[in-house]
Amino acid sequence: MSAAVVSRRAFLTGAGALVVGFTVPSTAFAQRLPRADAALGKTVDVGEVDGFIAVNADGSVTIFSGKVDLGQGLRIAIPQMAAEELGVGIEDIRMLEGDTALTPDQGATGGSSGVMRGGVQIRQAAATAREALIALASARIGKPASELDIVDGEVRPKAGGNGIRIADLVGERRFNLKVDAKAKLRDPASYRVVGKPIARPDIPAKVTGRHPYVHDLVVDGMLHGRVVRPPAVGASLVSVDDASVQSIPGVRIVRIKDFLAVVAADEWDAISAARLLSARWSESSALLGSDGVRSWMKRGPFEGDETLVKKGDATKALVDAKKVSAEFYWPVQSHASLGPSCAVADVRDGKATVWSASQATHRFRETIAKALAMPRDAVRIVYLDGAGCYGMNGHDDAAADAALLSKAVGRPVRVQWSRQDEHGFDPKAPPQLLALEGSVTDDGRIDAWRTQMWIPKATASLPNMPLLAIDAAGIAQTPGITMGLISQNGDPPYAAPHQEVVVHWLQGAPLRPSNFRAPGKVANCFAVESFTDMLAAAAQRDPVEFRLRGLTDPRGIDVIRRAAALIKWQPRDGGAPRTSGSGRGFAYIHYKHNESYVAIAMDVDVDKSTGAIRVRRVACAHDCGLVINPAALTAQIEGNILQTLSRTLMEEVAFDRSRVTSVDWASYPILRFPEAPEVLVDIIDRPREPPLGAGEAAATPVPAALANAVFDAVGVRLTSVPFTRDRVRAALG
Amino acid sequence: MHSLSLHVNGESRTVELRDSNEPLLYVLRNALRLTGAKYGCGLGQCGACTVVIDGEAERSCRIPASKAVGKTILTIEGLGSPDNPHPLQAAFIAEQAAQCGYCAAGMVMAGAAALARKPDLTRDEAKAALAGNLCRCGTHERILRAMARASTRTA
Repeated sequence: MSAAVVSRRAFLTGAGALVVGFTVPSTAFAQRLPRADAALGKTVDVGEVDGFIAVNADGSVTIFSGKVDLGQGLRIAIPQMAAEELGVGIEDIRMLEGDTALTPDQGATGGSSGVMRGGVQIRQAAATAREALIALASARIGKPASELDIVDGEVRPKAGGNGIRIADLVGERRFNLKVDAKAKLRDPASYRVVGKPIARPDIPAKVTGRHPYVHDLVVDGMLHGRVVRPPAVGASLVSVDDASVQSIPGVRIVRIKDFLAVVAADEWDAISAARLLSARWSESSALLGSDGVRSWMKRGPFEGDETLVKKGDATKALVDAKKVSAEFYWPVQSHASLGPSCAVADVRDGKATVWSASQATHRFRETIAKALAMPRDAVRIVYLDGAGCYGMNGHDDAAADAALLSKAVGRPVRVQWSRQDEHGFDPKAPPQLLALEGSVTDDGRIDAWRTQMWIPKATASLPNMPLLAIDAAGIAQTPGITMGLISQNGDPPYAAPHQEVVVHWLQGAPLRPSNFRAPGKVANCFAVESFTDMLAAAAQRDPVEFRLRGLTDPRGIDVIRRAAALIKWQPRDGGAPRTSGSGRGFAYIHYKHNESYVAIAMDVDVDKSTGAIRVRRVACAHDCGLVINPAALTAQIEGNILQTLSRTLMEEVAFDRSRVTSVDWASYPILRFPEAPEVLVDIIDRPREPPLGAGEAAATPVPAALANAVFDAVGVRLTSVPFTRDRVRAALG
Repeated sequence: MHSLSLHVNGESRTVELRDSNEPLLYVLRNALRLTGAKYGCGLGQCGACTVVIDGEAERSCRIPASKAVGKTILTIEGLGSPDNPHPLQAAFIAEQAAQCGYCAAGMVMAGAAALARKPDLTRDEAKAALAGNLCRCGTHERILRAMARASTRTA
């Protein structure tokens, strides 16, 4: 047991009065914003302006966002969109995120939807509010609405003269107004806030240790829980030796069927007890093992086949052609979040509050309510920042752990996972296998293209990824797997008269899967864009020229030209690799064929003796339509690139028949500073186009650009991820 | 119970511990409510828990609290604040060098210790100084720019 003897310093930051080292009374709900609970009881209807926007008496505006900031910058981007439409200074906007009692259900924060859908929804509410505020002022001032605008939080005559503060029009009252889909948006030419690189509000607190993560939350009376996971996936608990933790006073063991945990007042006591606890588990060896994944993918069992694309007659066109073919493999990977998953739950008196880094608090509320056998309305999920998540990591699992434990002990419980459990038990990105065949015409264009994919089939209408604690405790939940739309972008973005894309849907997955950044499309673009280079080589064309010849979409052409210019691309006559040890590669995507456009070029050195790849420089041209905040956008693009380089160069989950064996940063290494290349980003702003997502698209061309650069450097083609030294040396022969 | 006196951020703090081998990280976070240092791995592999002890960047998850007695401990909270940031923190803010930010406190402490030793770090020296600190969001480029900015300023 540890306790502070001297009085604790109070830490208050200057940034928005965030309270740090924050403790909340168990009777109140914690919020990141002061006085946030004053809004309790307001509507959370997505169709109501009041769902999203409140004008406060001091003239500030609170935005209630169902989309949350996972580190990607929504905490500035959405306020910028709202500030612009309302005519309020960005410094007067506060945003509250992902609280089921206060924010509308805007769907999960995923699939690059934060700005594209969430921000756009709030922008429309803000435009509706602006029109309403101007109408109110029009009656008071006696001027027609057309002659008024809102500037700096005041409705003013455009021609000049005194205005009325919006706080004086509706401050602390509600709009009682439906969001009007026809409310007119401001002309992008007049933007004052959107498009500016405004600094993110959370960074000062993040780099001074004051930012309130869920990991830092303390609730009055809170205990610390640690779950003891089975030594083998699927093992059941046979017996527990309660005496094994007797040396630590005050430890309580919680066992619900196969769910085993310890709870203590002190965190170190809980950790120590979890390590000491002696339990017997059944044997289980139901896993494939990482070495068996690739052969399983071809072997099945299968759910069935599906043809996603069929144009012309690829089968016939490929019969007589000088065919090019290749097979590409993407392994099981971990989210490998830097901070192990954490949550705090307070389940008492027929009510539950869960503080979680969940990407989808509203959906998750259903899951928790069902697991606790409570009505939905008795459950509140409050989003607090976790360590970066790039899809669904262990955060919902940790929240379920905490909820079951709190219910069992009748006190608030905080659960944080160990590093070993995070690597061992976080849901994984599923493996993917692709076989491609193609041919080119005599004049150097793609003629026929066939993609076959072997990928796990998601369970239709699965309400939530099955969670470990709920499963272990024997509580009913809908079984199945989910991992996002992993079959997209398997067809080329280039003209090809004969095309076919077929999916062989596999039953199940090697380890519990979930969505991981740009689900499936990282591997699909790796295959499609590596193969495009192979076809360019077969056509004896420069890779960039070959791509441009296949495109008519001007936005696609633009990003390709600009990425080539950014890296000073030198055309390769005849398309042959230079094999000098240094190489340059290129790749392109039109994300989902209807979202952002990205082209990436990169320079690499390959050491032929060691097999080491060094990425020197990456250049990216990026078009996601209207840019809300170029600085936050650039950070997202850089993050996409560096994280995907890590995934491509280093990452593969190792597991045997019983358990994951790569359970730390030594056995599951990720990119480190010495390996970090220079990154150049060219953003194409298109103010007249809708804003599109940027959280994922730039990840997808990275593996192929890297593989294509390695091919240029040493003349061998890497088709299996990760590109380890051993793999490179083996490919070099 | 063991009563330990720790010198943290210029103050003497006394803590009562059941286990004097409790890692310093948990003592800072729970007994002293200095939550800037983060648990990342408990193995000294990721750097999220980095604090500066007697001028050296150290992994607080691997140091028993008893071994920190008599030493000068500096945590991210003692380095600077949003209102009065250390030059490297100001540089991180200027370069917007955080995404989720879970690694940021450790990055700043490791970087500050390196800059204190050599105020004019080159890009490669900055990379070497931060080689033991992991970032999963891919903020490396911005952190290196922040290091360069602070390096220039303190040179």
